[in-house]
Amino acid sequence: MTLPILLVISSGLFCIGLLAALSRRHAIFILIGIEMMLAAANLNFIAFWRFGPQPAQPTGMMVAIFAIAIAAAEAAVGLAMVIVVYRHFRSTNVDQLDRLKG
Amino acid sequence: MNSWITNNVWLIPAAPIAASLLILAFGKAARRAAAAVAIVGQIAALTMSIFAFVPTLHSHGFRAVQNFTWFTFGEQILRIGFVLDPLAAAMLLMIALVGLCIFVFSIGYMGEDKNFSRFFAYLSFFSGAMLGVVVANSLLLLFVFWELVGLASYLLIGFWIERPSAAAAAKKAFITTRIGDMGFFLGILLLYHRSGTLLFYDGGRGCLEPVALSAIGSSVTLVALLIFCGAMGKSGQFPLHVWLPDAMEGPTPVSALIHAATMVAAGVFLVARVYPIFSVGAINGVTPSLTVVVWIGVITGLMAALIAIAQFDIKRILAYSTVSQLGLMMVSLGAGGVAAGIMHLLAHGFFKALLFLGAGSVIHGLHHEQDIRKMGGLHRLMPITFLTYAVGMMALSGVPFFFSGGWTKEEILHATSNWPRSHLPHYLALIGVILTALYMTRQIIYVFFGNRRAASEHAHESPSVMAIPLIVLAVCAVFLSVVLTPAWPWLESYLTGHPARFDARLLIQPMIVVSLALVGAGVSVGIWMYRRAGEADPLQHAQPALFRFLENKMWIDEIYGRTVIALSAILARLSDWMDRHVWDALVQDIGRIGQFFGRVTTSADERVINAGVDESTSGAHGLGRLMSRWHSGQIQTYLGAVALGMLALVLLYAWLG
Repeated sequence: MTLPILLVISSGLFCIGLLAALSRRHAIFILIGIEMMLAAANLNFIAFWRFGPQPAQPTGMMVAIFAIAIAAAEAAVGLAMVIVVYRHFRSTNVDQLDRLKG
Repeated sequence: MNSWITNNVWLIPAAPIAASLLILAFGKAARRAAAAVAIVGQIAALTMSIFAFVPTLHSHGFRAVQNFTWFTFGEQILRIGFVLDPLAAAMLLMIALVGLCIFVFSIGYMGEDKNFSRFFAYLSFFSGAMLGVVVANSLLLLFVFWELVGLASYLLIGFWIERPSAAAAAKKAFITTRIGDMGFFLGILLLYHRSGTLLFYDGGRGCLEPVALSAIGSSVTLVALLIFCGAMGKSGQFPLHVWLPDAMEGPTPVSALIHAATMVAAGVFLVARVYPIFSVGAINGVTPSLTVVVWIGVITGLMAALIAIAQFDIKRILAYSTVSQLGLMMVSLGAGGVAAGIMHLLAHGFFKALLFLGAGSVIHGLHHEQDIRKMGGLHRLMPITFLTYAVGMMALSGVPFFFSGGWTKEEILHATSNWPRSHLPHYLALIGVILTALYMTRQIIYVFFGNRRAASEHAHESPSVMAIPLIVLAVCAVFLSVVLTPAWPWLESYLTGHPARFDARLLIQPMIVVSLALVGAGVSVGIWMYRRAGEADPLQHAQPALFRFLENKMWIDEIYGRTVIALSAILARLSDWMDRHVWDALVQDIGRIGQFFGRVTTSADERVINAGVDESTSGAHGLGRLMSRWHSGQIQTYLGAVALGMLALVLLYAWLG
């Protein structure tokens, strides 16, 4: 495992997540895509920490753990919003949710 | 004596999990292939379990441990590992074998289901997670597999998602066990805080070994009780037993897997695994935490046995009987009979799987009728099911000599009679034995004897793919009685590490006579009571109020509904009200300040600046209309624009160097 390999993996993960968030129609799949992008960012943190100047201090891991905890909270809020949207519109298809149209 | 498998125990749970992932990835279309992959995975696990079992037989107190570092966090090194000892090896063998029978049975039972391959994926996943619980050598790793078991059970109980009752039951199982797991997790944290390790065995430094145990100090009782919370949730002990009967909403093979080999066994197994934590500082084998285990077990066992008498759903009766038997195992563990409890767990795994699959066969033969009042007279129509079911019933009731449950129950009664704190659990356990024989007799009479009622007109025997697992399990239930015979207690000595001696005199003991008399009493009372049972239950006639109390499960669900659930509903309403009237009002008041300033500036605007600006606004209006085309309301378009913008920035940055 070297730094470039990890960066390639994480950018691959990011692209998959972005593709999911852009192309899926179901709100929950979009959330999953966003989670994957977050995971890619976390992987970057860990990789740069591990191969950075001070791998002995657990800073990179701390950041990643905080990010995971916050992502969990975000997922809870996101899922709650999906449920509310579903109750209101009877649909989770984001194509139909265009009330913000100008 | 080590072989390759004792150094690679992780392969055993890995096989079914790999099978499950394979099915999930490719199995949507190929139904036959999905079942084949699942069964191959399970056979692989079974074969490896046998290879792992053999070396543990050769030496007393065999234990193979492999630990490795998971990750390093600053100065903390978190290590996990796998262990193979007699307890794990016996459990592996039981889970893999019972699991295999259930897998084969499911081919017939779920044959017409449209989500056949998804079912096998979940089943494999469940089996793998449970095998992982057994071989984990770290409380943390055990907890991880424990939660995977919980997830798998959620998916399987709610397998028929189109039924609202199944979805509700799955949710109830998940949330109820989560309450227990919360305590379990706190216990893990406290244990780690005190002892600095979560490994069970680590060459003298593990948390089950003397050095770390003495480091826990005075909070050991709290640690033990918090861990027991987890066991209560998973093993359906009072007051967290409510999910288990509802879990009957899942397909019957799932009930067999959950109630026999896997999920419910996890709690009893956990207590047996961390038994040294429970028994620190024992005087005469009694500690505060073990006393709690005994009383919880007694309450659970007796309560569930009473409720089982007044149920009409064939699977619910078995569910309550499971709760009751688990209570009995807990009593045994708490009273110091660890080997007896685990032996009953192993024997129970076989005969309860047999009973559930037998019930599944009946349900399948009667076209999904589960009410025992509509059955009857099936012993001629479904002879194989009847014979195997009768074997299971006698093993569960604890008929001595020829059926496995008899010996293990007698061992448990023996353990409780020696408990120094009080004799009450012993007598209550004796009552439990009578009740078990009674409700099983009632069920057999209703289902297999008497007149044919509504549903049994068009009954048919199940195909051989379902009958063969029944026969295999019935043979196991009988064969185990030879293995478990007290005359040559090698299984007990295998589990405890004390050498065994052959002694034929142990076959006839006072306790065996007592249990024979109790089972005889239970069965004959049952036959006498239900000899002419029809649509109405004789007990219902004699004692309608009592019967309704039991039929409604002692109203425990209703009590929870009025207390715990109502309380959380009130809290939810309260925070909703706070949100609407306090926080919202605050925000709106701040907004009003803004509005006020806004008005001031508007008036200034309109009178002073407006005139000059009007001209330019019409231009801005046109531009705005143009821009509003871009504003489609489609969030994914926005997200795409953001991504493109980011790409442009990255490219710009690369170009500039």
